[in-house]
Amino acid sequence: MNCRSEVLEVSVEGRQVEEAMLAVLHTILLHRSTGKFHYKKEGTYSIGTVGTQDVDCDFIDFTFVRVSSDELDRVIRKAVAEFKDALGNSGSDGMGQISLEFYQKKKSRWPFSDECIPWEVWSIKVNVVNLANEQERQICREKVGEKLGEKVINIVEVINRHDYLPKMPTQSEVDNVFDTSLKDVQPYLYKITYQITDSLGTSVSTTMRRLIKDTLAL
Amino acid sequence: MDSDLSSQDRKDLDKFIKFFALKTVQIIVQARLGEKISTCSSSSPTGSDWFNLAIKDIPEVTHESKKALAGQLPGIGRSMCVEISLKTSEGDSMELETWCLEMNEKCDKDIKVSYTVYNRLSLLLKSLLAITRVTPAYKLSRKQGHDYVILYRIYFGDVQLTGLGEGFQSVRVGVVGTPIGTITLSCAYRTNLALMSSRQFERTGPIMGIIIDHFVERPFTNMAHMHPCSYRTPGEDEGGTYAGIEDSQEVCTTSFSTSPPSQVMPSLSGEMHSDVLCMCGTQVTTTSLDLPFAAFTPRANDLEVNDPMVHPPPSPAPSSPLQGSLHSNSSSHSGGQPQDDFVMVDFKPAFSKDDLLPMDLGTFYREFQNPPQLASLSIDVSAQSMAEDLDSLPEKLAIYEKNIDEFDAFVDTLQ
Repeated sequence: MNCRSEVLEVSVEGRQVEEAMLAVLHTILLHRSTGKFHYKKEGTYSIGTVGTQDVDCDFIDFTFVRVSSDELDRVIRKAVAEFKDALGNSGSDGMGQISLEFYQKKKSRWPFSDECIPWEVWSIKVNVVNLANEQERQICREKVGEKLGEKVINIVEVINRHDYLPKMPTQSEVDNVFDTSLKDVQPYLYKITYQITDSLGTSVSTTMRRLIKDTLAL
Repeated sequence: MDSDLSSQDRKDLDKFIKFFALKTVQIIVQARLGEKISTCSSSSPTGSDWFNLAIKDIPEVTHESKKALAGQLPGIGRSMCVEISLKTSEGDSMELETWCLEMNEKCDKDIKVSYTVYNRLSLLLKSLLAITRVTPAYKLSRKQGHDYVILYRIYFGDVQLTGLGEGFQSVRVGVVGTPIGTITLSCAYRTNLALMSSRQFERTGPIMGIIIDHFVERPFTNMAHMHPCSYRTPGEDEGGTYAGIEDSQEVCTTSFSTSPPSQVMPSLSGEMHSDVLCMCGTQVTTTSLDLPFAAFTPRANDLEVNDPMVHPPPSPAPSSPLQGSLHSNSSSHSGGQPQDDFVMVDFKPAFSKDDLLPMDLGTFYREFQNPPQLASLSIDVSAQSMAEDLDSLPEKLAIYEKNIDEFDAFVDTLQ
């Protein structure tokens, strides 16, 4: 199975980085999260309900929808904050990329550790621009809002191709497909990583951090 | 033999399509209410949340949807459309967007109804949630209130897009293949909203004139079918019970559950915002703070150069020729005779008539451009020197001491 890879690019002002990333990541996770599974004795299962909420951005003329899960929101915000800090430390012309990877775990026999097989990777390339005055910032607010709207449409287009999705797992396999650590929603297993490049395009500060959402330790 | 679809599957599919249509309308109308929407996730399935999504049901909207469907289902050649339009306090209206739920003939015979179709419909509703916040009408709906309101209309049958003006754009929310056809959900939206919003800030012309440009002839009878995107608490509405409440017995069974549904559709209370949108107030005209004839007032830096308050004249020391000329320049006087150092430019402001009136605009500006020097700040060479000032101080102090009672009384009046 080939891993599906999608790349989105945004140019934003420094203080817009966080909200732009949250908007894109939450839009993707909205489509890649289900309600909690409840398995029954007969081998069937029922699915919990996913709530949604609107989030207004402060620095961008944009509103996005995220799943109503404060736990998930906290995790995503933490990752985005780290990315933003790394981007800020890299210098004023910093470019970076944050990736959201959905994967499946394939159990291997001891002593080998489980394999993580990605099936969908979203890469968001960020280019931070500096603006000179308030007028430019106001224009940027609106423009970035429009751009994010286009990104949401792009994401929805990709999701709607109904390409490969992992098969619905049995109870014993559910943690190989879904992140069951949250109490209210159940996203597919995912990882968020990021890379920072400096203005010359070379990977000077190659900070590769992995945030692994896998609470089922072996 | 109809090997394509078992009767149970067909029944399920019809139910899915019906409730999908109802939820679609709910999402669209709720996204145009003008407020942020928030619902809670619930890990324990209650069996009443269709498509595993928490989407509230506004009874009025359900009622309108069912009225439009009239017992039918969206199908091939029978599209369900939700039209969103804007109506100003002046009474003019403009279509903003039309959401279309259609079905085409392309069938996917192999797809599993109770599993794949259901989950894909759920995904499509999530996409709809995201896309409804992205089209231009969203921002407009968030700002509705005094100047305009947002209305919705549901109709069934052929899609009508002529009211959206020229150059309207289309966005596809998604498609779901089923054994009886492919469901498509899309939105066509007006694009020349930007023109309207920038014109709103022009001083000339009321907005009504501009609306008419965009306004394709609309039979006003249609307005009867428009409904405001607002939720009124039950009791204000006509009737009170809706067919929707009877239908609440028809509960969705969440996927794959073998246990029977335990609860009915949650009854809807007036917990949602009940703004009654008021259609009053004037249009937004201008936010600019242009002063009239701003172009003709002297520029700030010019003013500064001559302004004695900004550049206080130096104290009267033996004056060098340079200082002398500075003094004379800054100590300008009313009835201003221009100095020999300056070249008199004949100031001809626009719209003024030359010398026909005793006080034309030019004279007015010349006279009042440099206000007279304050007496206390005048520094003619004949004024007292610093030394003389100091000498007169003791005398002045003696006078003030004598009148100290007067001063105290004055201070008391201030308190």
